[in-house]
Amino acid sequence: MAQVIDEDREVEGLGEQELLQMYRSMVLLRTYDERSVVYHRQGRIGTYAIFWNHEAMQAGAVHALDDEDWIFPSYRESAIGLLRGMPAATVLHWWRGHPAGWWNPADYNVASICVPIATHVPHAVGLAWGKKLRGERAVSLAFFGDGATSEGAFHEGANFAGVMQAPCVLFCNNNQWAISTPLSAQTRAAALVDKAVGYGMPGVRVDGGDVLAVFEATREAVDRARNGGGPTFIEAVTYRAAPHATADDPRVYIDLERVEQEKQNECLGRYERYLRRHGVLDDDLDASIKNEAAELMRSGIAAAEAEPEPDPELVFDHAYVQPPPGFRDG
Amino acid sequence: MVEAINDAFHVELARDDDVMVMGEDVGRAGGVFRATAGLRERFGENRCVDTPLAEAGILGTAVGLCMAGWRPVTEMQYDAFSYPCLDQLITHVGRYRWRTGGQMEFPLVIRMPYGGGVRAPELHDDSPETYYVHTPGVKVAIPSTPADAKGLLAAAIRDPDPVVIFEPKLIYRSERQEVPEGDYVVPLGKARLAREGTDITLVAYGAMVPLCERAADELDASVEVLDIRSLKPLDETALLASAAKTGRVVIVQEAPRVNGFAGELAAILAEKAILDLRGPVLRVTGFDVPYPYWKIEDAYMPSVDRVVDAARKLLEY
Repeated sequence: MAQVIDEDREVEGLGEQELLQMYRSMVLLRTYDERSVVYHRQGRIGTYAIFWNHEAMQAGAVHALDDEDWIFPSYRESAIGLLRGMPAATVLHWWRGHPAGWWNPADYNVASICVPIATHVPHAVGLAWGKKLRGERAVSLAFFGDGATSEGAFHEGANFAGVMQAPCVLFCNNNQWAISTPLSAQTRAAALVDKAVGYGMPGVRVDGGDVLAVFEATREAVDRARNGGGPTFIEAVTYRAAPHATADDPRVYIDLERVEQEKQNECLGRYERYLRRHGVLDDDLDASIKNEAAELMRSGIAAAEAEPEPDPELVFDHAYVQPPPGFRDG
Repeated sequence: MVEAINDAFHVELARDDDVMVMGEDVGRAGGVFRATAGLRERFGENRCVDTPLAEAGILGTAVGLCMAGWRPVTEMQYDAFSYPCLDQLITHVGRYRWRTGGQMEFPLVIRMPYGGGVRAPELHDDSPETYYVHTPGVKVAIPSTPADAKGLLAAAIRDPDPVVIFEPKLIYRSERQEVPEGDYVVPLGKARLAREGTDITLVAYGAMVPLCERAADELDASVEVLDIRSLKPLDETALLASAAKTGRVVIVQEAPRVNGFAGELAAILAEKAILDLRGPVLRVTGFDVPYPYWKIEDAYMPSVDRVVDAARKLLEY
C-alpha cells in the first residue's frame, strides 16, 4: 500500500505552497464536516452524511486534477465543490433541502451529488469518453465507496471505461463499511484493487489517510489518462471513524476500539504533524488557516439561513425544457 | 418502417455533428434490425459506436456524453432487454436537468424495437412503455407508420429533453409507404387521425393502429381510428375531440392491462369527456401474465376479433 507521510518522504513537484494549499483544503473540509454535524443537531440542516477522516482522500485526489477536469461526487463527497470555489452556502442549501442547492455542473466541473450508490460511475466514464471524442484534454474522477463496487452500475461503468479507454480515474474510498455492512460481507476479493485487472486497467492501492500518497497516486493516474493511457482504479484504504450519517448509530455494529485507534491517527492530524516536521506549518499559520475555514462556514451558514424560503412554484420548474401539457395536473 | 428509421439517422447525423449513435451491434452489424446500417461507414466509429452488452452502462455513459456536449441516441436491442437501463432512466435521466436547476440539458434518445407477434424467444416481445411514460422528465413516442417513424425519431433527436421511441417490430417491415425525403420532423405531442368516422373511436398506438384499421374494416359502422403516437406529451385535445364526436371509445394496447397506458387514457376520458360518452370506455389489452411463448402468443395479443367484439358491444349503447 503506497504511503508518503509515514515514510516521511517528499513528493516530487510539491512545493511549500502546494503542500499548504492541500492542508487548507483538508482543514476546510474538516471544518465543513464538523460544523455540519453541529448544524444538524441544532436543526439547521437535515440528515447529513459525515465524511470525517475522509478529507485526505478528497483533498489529495482533487489537488491532482486541473480545473478543466471533472469531479463526480457521491454524497460522501458532498462538499467537494468547496475545493472548486463553490460557496459553502450552496452545499448547505443542498443539505437543507432547498432548491438553492442546485448548481450547474459546468460552472465548477463538479457533477451533482449522486445519492444512489455507484450510478454516477457511468456518468464519469461517459463524460471522459465524450471529451476524448471531442479531442479535449479533460479527465474525470468519480468518487465512490467500497459498497459501490458491489453494484452493477460500478461494473458497467468500469467495463465501459476499459473498453473505451476513457480518460478517467475510478476512485474508491474504501472505508470498510457500508452503513453496517463490513467489507468482508461485501466481497470475497482479497483487495478491491484486484478488480482493476478484470477491467484491463491499472489498479493502485494507497493509504487513504495519507493525503500525499493519495495525491501522488491520483496524479499518476491523471497523467496516464490525459496522455491516452486510459482509466485507472484507485483503492484508497481508510476506516470510517464516524457514523455513516447523522441518523446512524454505529455502536451496535462497529468495533469501538478500532474506531478509537483510527481517531488517534486521523488524516488531518497526520498531515499537520508532517507539515510541522518539515517546517512548513507553525502555530500562527495553522491558526490562521483554521480561522479562515471557520469564518467561511460562519458566513456560509449565515448566507444559507438568510436565503428566503423557496417559492413552491419551483416544484414545476426544470423537470422539462419543454414541459408536456398537463404536467401540472395532480 | 425500418428503412425510414435508417433514413432519419442518416439525415440527423449529417445535420448535426453532435449526434452520435450507440448500442449493442449498431456499428459493424448496422443493428440487428438494420436500423443503423451504413452509419459507421459514413460517419465513423466514433459516431456509431458498438458498446459492451450493458444497457445501464449505455444509458449511464450517455448521461455523461450529454455533459460533454453530445446528443447520444442509444439503442436498446429489444424491449425486455431495456430493463437494466431503468435504473439510470429513473434515478438520473428524468431528473438530472431538474437537479441542476434547469442549467444543464440532457438531450438524449432511447430507442428500441418493442412488442410481440414476431415468433421470437421469451423476452423479445414486451411492451414496456408504461414504465417509461410514468417517469417524470422523460417523453415517449411510438410510431405506427414509416413516415412517423422517421419524423418522430428526428423530433426526438432534436428535442432538448430525453425522449424514448418505441418502434413496433411487428410492423418493422410490413408497414410500407413513401416517406418524405431529407429533413422531416413529426412534432411530439400531436396525435394522428388514421381514419375518420362518426360512430365509434378506436384509440391505439404502435402495432395496434393497423390492427384497429383492420377491425374498422369489419365493422358495419363509421369508425374513427386515432393513432396517439406521442404518449408524452399527449395530444389530449385530439383524444377529447374524437370522443366528443363519436361518444364511444375503445382503447387498444398490447401491454398488460393493469396500470397500462390505456388506463391513463380512460381516466382522462372519465375526467373530461364523461358527458360526451354514450357508453363505458372499453379496453382491449394484453393480460396480467408474462408475455407467452410464441406457440400460444396469438392468444395473448389483442386481435381483430377482440377489438371488433368490444366495438360491437359498445355500439349497442
